[in-house]
Amino acid sequence: MYFENWSAVWHMEGHGPYVWAAYSVTALVILFLVVSPWLRGRQLTRDIRHDEQRLAAVSTASGETHAPET
Amino acid sequence: MWSIVHKMGSPPWFYRFANGAIAWLLPIVLVALVVGCVWGLLVAPPDYRQGNSYRIIFIHVPAAVVALAGYYVMATAGLMSIVWKIKMADTAMRALAPVGAALTFVALVTGSIWGKPTWGAWWVWDARITSMLILLFLYLGVMALSEAFDNKAAAAKACAVLSLVGTVNIPIIYKSVDWWYSLHQPASIKFTGESAIDASMLYPLLLMIVAFYGLFALCVLLRMRTELLTTYRQTSWLRSELS
Repeated sequence: MYFENWSAVWHMEGHGPYVWAAYSVTALVILFLVVSPWLRGRQLTRDIRHDEQRLAAVSTASGETHAPET
Repeated sequence: MWSIVHKMGSPPWFYRFANGAIAWLLPIVLVALVVGCVWGLLVAPPDYRQGNSYRIIFIHVPAAVVALAGYYVMATAGLMSIVWKIKMADTAMRALAPVGAALTFVALVTGSIWGKPTWGAWWVWDARITSMLILLFLYLGVMALSEAFDNKAAAAKACAVLSLVGTVNIPIIYKSVDWWYSLHQPASIKFTGESAIDASMLYPLLLMIVAFYGLFALCVLLRMRTELLTTYRQTSWLRSELS
């Protein structure tokens, strides 16, 4: 490690606020870029599975053997 | 070559490919980003002239490089969508635009923060910075156009035309530091000849560039997968994929 202690890491000889602000903004953007489609995908997967189960239940009740494909 | 293009144009094939690629990319990208940040922030020595503020380079340059390269990928997808009417190319274009916009935004914001201690100004209307701002507007324009039409085919065509016209801007960004007298420093990494950057700073920077390319691919695939889930939710192939 280049710095002697964590307080030196934080201050970076006066440049700390700039460096840490830049890294924080980037971290937030990356987090949003990865998490938002991830959560949306999970929700969609859950919805589709739920639909499938509902269709299967309906078709069993009405005596059909297969759920409609479209 | 054509068989690959043909395969990638098939939504079921692409869905499976995206699932596999995401599972591989996610841990690799995470590790590379963490290692690169620790290396750049804590291990690399400070710059003899700029001090510690230069550490912003390890996110600023990768974000800018990938934002530029991503534009070419988006324009290529636009070309494929307009010439061969490949639907997956259209999906790719819609997924690429927000990721490219976010990375351009990161490059602009980190550059601005870096500019304050180095140049004494948050913002200057310099050729490099202005052309990067235009890149952000191009990405935002494609995002807006893709939502502006009820007809999907018309939206795809409009996005493709805008992204293709916008490629004019990319060489201007690359060359801006050479063509105009600029505050922005010229490129330190050169493919031919010696790089103007010491190995102790070059290696973490290269690692971060690779990590950002991986991150870009990961985010685009995540978005494309989500769009496939939305578009094909009623089809039997997707339902059997999920069951």
